[in-house]
Amino acid sequence: MSATQNVDYQKKELPKKFQTVGTVLFVIGLIGVIAAYLTDGSRSAFNNIIMLMFLTSIGLGSLFLVSVEFVAGAVWSTPFRRIPEFLSSILLVLPIVVVPLLFKLGDIFHWMHPEVVEADKILTGKAPYLNVDFFIIRVIVFILLWIIFYYFITKNSKKQDTTFDQSLTKRNIKLSAAFIPVFGITISFTAFDWLMSLEPHWFSTIFGVYYFSGSILAAFAAVTLIVVWLNENGYLVKGLTKDHYYSLGAFMFAFTNFWAYIAFSQFLLIWYANLPEETFWFLQRWEGSWIYFSIGLIFVRFVIPYVGLISQPSKMDPKRLIIMSVWLLFAHWYDLYWLAMPNYSKEGVLFSWIELTFPLMAVGIVILLLVQLSKKNNLVPIGDPKLKRGIDFRL
Amino acid sequence: MSEKILYSYTGIFDTPDEIIHAAEKASEYGFKNYDVHTPYPLHGMNKAMKLPPSKLGYVALVVGLSGALAALLLMFWMSAVDYPIVIGGKPFFSFPAYVPVMFEVTVLSASIATVLTMLFIFFKLPNNAHPLNDTLYMKKVSSDKYGISIQAEDNKFNEADVRRFLEDCDAKEITAVYYDKEEINYKHKILEPKFIGFLLFTALLTSGVTYFTLNKLLYMPPFDWMMEQNKLNPQATSTVFDDGFGMRKPVEGTIARGFTPYSFSGQPEAAEVNLVNPLPVSKSVLELGQQKYDTFCSPCHGYYGEGDSRLRGQFPNPPSLHSEKIRTWKDGRIFHVITDGQNIMPSYSSQLTVNEIWAIVHYTRVLQRALNAKESDLQ
Repeated sequence: MSATQNVDYQKKELPKKFQTVGTVLFVIGLIGVIAAYLTDGSRSAFNNIIMLMFLTSIGLGSLFLVSVEFVAGAVWSTPFRRIPEFLSSILLVLPIVVVPLLFKLGDIFHWMHPEVVEADKILTGKAPYLNVDFFIIRVIVFILLWIIFYYFITKNSKKQDTTFDQSLTKRNIKLSAAFIPVFGITISFTAFDWLMSLEPHWFSTIFGVYYFSGSILAAFAAVTLIVVWLNENGYLVKGLTKDHYYSLGAFMFAFTNFWAYIAFSQFLLIWYANLPEETFWFLQRWEGSWIYFSIGLIFVRFVIPYVGLISQPSKMDPKRLIIMSVWLLFAHWYDLYWLAMPNYSKEGVLFSWIELTFPLMAVGIVILLLVQLSKKNNLVPIGDPKLKRGIDFRL
Repeated sequence: MSEKILYSYTGIFDTPDEIIHAAEKASEYGFKNYDVHTPYPLHGMNKAMKLPPSKLGYVALVVGLSGALAALLLMFWMSAVDYPIVIGGKPFFSFPAYVPVMFEVTVLSASIATVLTMLFIFFKLPNNAHPLNDTLYMKKVSSDKYGISIQAEDNKFNEADVRRFLEDCDAKEITAVYYDKEEINYKHKILEPKFIGFLLFTALLTSGVTYFTLNKLLYMPPFDWMMEQNKLNPQATSTVFDDGFGMRKPVEGTIARGFTPYSFSGQPEAAEVNLVNPLPVSKSVLELGQQKYDTFCSPCHGYYGEGDSRLRGQFPNPPSLHSEKIRTWKDGRIFHVITDGQNIMPSYSSQLTVNEIWAIVHYTRVLQRALNAKESDLQ
């Protein structure tokens, strides 16, 4: 059991500048967020939702990638599985990100006011699901479930670094198999709760899938960005090749298409059926300056990454992969902004320093988490029995 | 046998690793015109042979984009220019509806074009005259061995050198492959009698079989599925009767099945005296009466029998059913009017059965009673 694998990995400390950059971003973001809440509470709350959904996307999506690797028995991603594991630690900070929102629920959610619900037949019908108590229970239970799965899956994985115990992989396969259905249900209802219920009269059954497609894309983009950077600078195990890069790039490309497919399906059905109770959601995003933002979404989220990643060399070139993954992370934020903000500002796109502070803080949080985790842990799962095969992976 | 020309030197290897090393060495040595044959695709062979990336992707890209554009133009032409029809209240040129079709055409055209280009342009199939065909080498590498073939046209080719090179690579069997100049240059001529004959034969056979199947076989029992029967179809000419009419009047003194003859035609008074409504006044009868009345009578007489036709004056309005005259008519008289017609009202005996007419009579009574209730009804 204690067969030490013959892999060329020397743990290296990340440069100090990361800690500094992360702290600076986080502090600036935090000060900005506090100032934003003091100047415009409900607008900040909408931005806070975007930040919450963005962090959930990457954290939960990364944990999903880890569990898919275990369940599918994939080997190609094993050498850098630690990166999605680190990223899923974002789940631990979600409770803190949610807290300010809990004080602003009334400003965000139209359906939280009993007198509004009473006067509205549709909202009365939805009240068994859309009510404050059940909403808070869902939020707490979902985050708790995610953290439990995060804790056990990563604990087993870390333990393997020292014990080289192969049965830990088996235990993680079982945990992952249990996590995937939980993930599927919770991510859908999270999307319904935080994004779709901003407009409680509107409904789209594909909305959960829509958020899922964007989330996995964002998780892949974050993983690609970090893996490519770390590997180019020699922090990961020796022997990662263009084939690994290509697979990451191909996944980003595939999920770009998947997102476009889902987003277009949602649009096409609503456009075709032309039912007033469904079309108004899109019409709202077609008014004022939102029309440019909506058309921009097609290019930002689909056309540019599609063209940028379509060719084989582009999926193998580290520079282009880094550019495209940063772009895709930006595109995910853009998409979430498009989903949430029109409910706050019906007249047109809003942009000022308030919109900037939240992304700064989110990036700061992620960098600080990565730096902290990389101090204590190996960046490569050196005890994983699939590691050698993962390094030898060729297309 | 004419003169033999050297095509290539071939070497056979037992394992995939050996052939990969051999390919690496060959590309390092500087050979350009050589090829490797394996029973299945080997990972890493492209790299070992230093092959440039395949250009096949560009074919897919160009054909796929053309397919998308063609689909867009096709639908634009059909639904916005040539035959505009409003569908679902959408504009004639509604782009979102075209996207799924464009997507499908893109995928279809790109995949078909990729396969065809790969087979016929990249692989240059069919190539029956390739010198490696029918050699022992090809038999081996297409079952369980791995081979390399270095062609004589290569700039660095030199029989002794290549033999030594293959020996250095530890090739198991080294053979030279020769070809026949005539055989390799032999081209099947289009106008060869054999080929023309074959084309003619195929054309005749297919058209003959098609003609026979569609025009003869389908009229032979049992393949005609009783399409042809020994009976006269409506409107057809009869050869039996002198007047040539296929459709005949019924034989005198007979009636059709399910048909009750009406004996009081043109005798309203006799009908009033002799006919009695056989149906009981029950809920189901009245409901039947209402249904039939609403269908056949109400267009002219109105839903309540007041003669308020809903034909908007396109037809003369009938008299009200609530007049003193009709209220005092006996059931038989109303039955007679419906069955036989009166003035401009046609006969309804072909639309309604006897029982249905009697049910309408009952329902007419209900309508009359509703507008002219007796004192006792109000108590």
